[in-house]
Amino acid sequence: MEFTFTPENLNRINEVISHYPEKRPAVMGVLYIAQEQNGWISYEVMKEVAYVLDMKEEEILGIVSFYTMYHEKPVGKFHLQVCTNVSCMLRGGYKIYDHVKEKLGIENGGVTEDKLFSLEEVECMGSCGTAPMIAVNEDYFENLNIQQIDQIIESLKNK
Amino acid sequence: MEKIVLPDIKDLHLIDVYIQNGGYTALKKAFSQTPDDIIDQVKKSGLRGRGGAAFFAGLKWSFMPKTSSKPKYLCINGDESEPGSFKDRQILEFNPHQLIEGTLIEAYAIQANAAYIYIRGEYHKWIKLLEKALADAYEYGFVGDKMKEKLGGNYSVNIYVHKGAGAYICGEESALMNSIEGKRGYPRVKPPFPAQNGLWGCPTTINNVETVANVPPIINKGWEWFSKIGEPKHPGTILYGLSGHVNNPGIYELPSGTLLTDLIYKYGGGVPGNKKILCVIPGGSSMPPLRGEQIEGIKMDAESLKAAGTSIGTAGIIVMDEDTDLVQVLARIAKFYYHESCGQCTPCREGTGWMLKLLNRIAKGEGSTHDLDLLISVASNIEGNTICALGEAAAWPVRFMITRFRDYFETCVSREVTIPVANKVHSLRHTEYPLAPIKD
Repeated sequence: MEFTFTPENLNRINEVISHYPEKRPAVMGVLYIAQEQNGWISYEVMKEVAYVLDMKEEEILGIVSFYTMYHEKPVGKFHLQVCTNVSCMLRGGYKIYDHVKEKLGIENGGVTEDKLFSLEEVECMGSCGTAPMIAVNEDYFENLNIQQIDQIIESLKNK
Repeated sequence: MEKIVLPDIKDLHLIDVYIQNGGYTALKKAFSQTPDDIIDQVKKSGLRGRGGAAFFAGLKWSFMPKTSSKPKYLCINGDESEPGSFKDRQILEFNPHQLIEGTLIEAYAIQANAAYIYIRGEYHKWIKLLEKALADAYEYGFVGDKMKEKLGGNYSVNIYVHKGAGAYICGEESALMNSIEGKRGYPRVKPPFPAQNGLWGCPTTINNVETVANVPPIINKGWEWFSKIGEPKHPGTILYGLSGHVNNPGIYELPSGTLLTDLIYKYGGGVPGNKKILCVIPGGSSMPPLRGEQIEGIKMDAESLKAAGTSIGTAGIIVMDEDTDLVQVLARIAKFYYHESCGQCTPCREGTGWMLKLLNRIAKGEGSTHDLDLLISVASNIEGNTICALGEAAAWPVRFMITRFRDYFETCVSREVTIPVANKVHSLRHTEYPLAPIKD
């Protein structure tokens, strides 16, 4: 599927580029803008980012594959990220993770059939003092128990 | 006790409140002095980096060349990805202007042409908070072109926020610079050090968010005042992060040298169910763990912890009670470093995978005592053989956890060699496992 940036996003891209002495450093910011517009980073998106920044397509792929926050395949409308690293693990992070897996019927990296939810087991999100946690897209939910997880998922379904 | 970085002032994140409480006066004071004077004061204050290595901040700044045909840059490290560490986000949320003011003072001291604050990508909320604070500071004329008019003098600088995208390794200073340059976050071989060859090959200084946030009070109240707080060799307050099995986890700003037991029992409210402590990691998951019966009397500062056989790291204290499954914990830590190894150096790329496989085998109940020796051997062969410190970060928890909790791990493995490959350990050079001294 063809991908081009909206005129508004092209303005945002120019703003990002102006932060640096050259174009290339803007690539991480531009990929975020692309992901926001397209939902994930497809080959067409990489091609367009390469064109906008005068970079090679393989260089863009190198960036996308190195950083975990660029989605190389489509994710759900609500991307659930459960931390299971040590501080969360000690406070029940795996119980939360297993519960979400069971409730949604998907594994790590999976997307529900209605494309509403996707799940990712993530590394430390910096919520060690408020563990366990999940992040839904960009928002953190902290100090959780199983009941709260159920409530969050139900409320997202109605959103 | 006075709090320096996170004072209890309501709405301090708002620029007007910050100014009412003496905000941006240190910047004005700094601008009336020479850059060398500023570096000198930070040097004398004894301020040490809060990002893990506890290097002297003023000394680091003084490495920057005084004259340079190339532009100079300042990077502020807010990548904060070490498990157990969650202090920088508190500064971004509750006192972002002190970070901005500290950044401006440091930029002036090293005469930087631009400053980049690198924040981990997962911190969307905190990036927005910082960007809002930065926009306000621009509007008030403290940052950017309006500085000359507002503050007098001839110096102005722009601050940009660079958002990471989920890579622990970008907290390593040279990987962070590559990431800002729009490359994969691969650490660089050092030397050359950033002060000679940093961002785009230009002289660069990198400091942690918390380190920089300490600078305005040092300029305002004087280096002598700062140097008298806490332990003389590591002065100031530290944002201690308490997590794991404690009743009140969270960030506690206290003088350096606070007793580890005070942090856990007095401030953290002790262990749930009054259980005994099995293990404490004092500085984030990569630092050597301590046994529960060992922590009495240990002070939390760089020198005291070094003497105790561990390291301050990012002061993220992870507490584990007596019912904790240490094999599972260590396997989870190993999984983290396996996931985060950038893959440049073979010992780290392969070694982290081997350690994870071995620990998973032990966790499944299929391990033997030889596996423990093999783990120590693999860990020892990563250490010191990699470009960056992620090698040590991956090796230390494994090597020190197994050596210090040998009795515990012995009960989790069989004395018989159950899997043929384990026989090969006879050829390995590490048959003993003394506690190696911790490298600086």
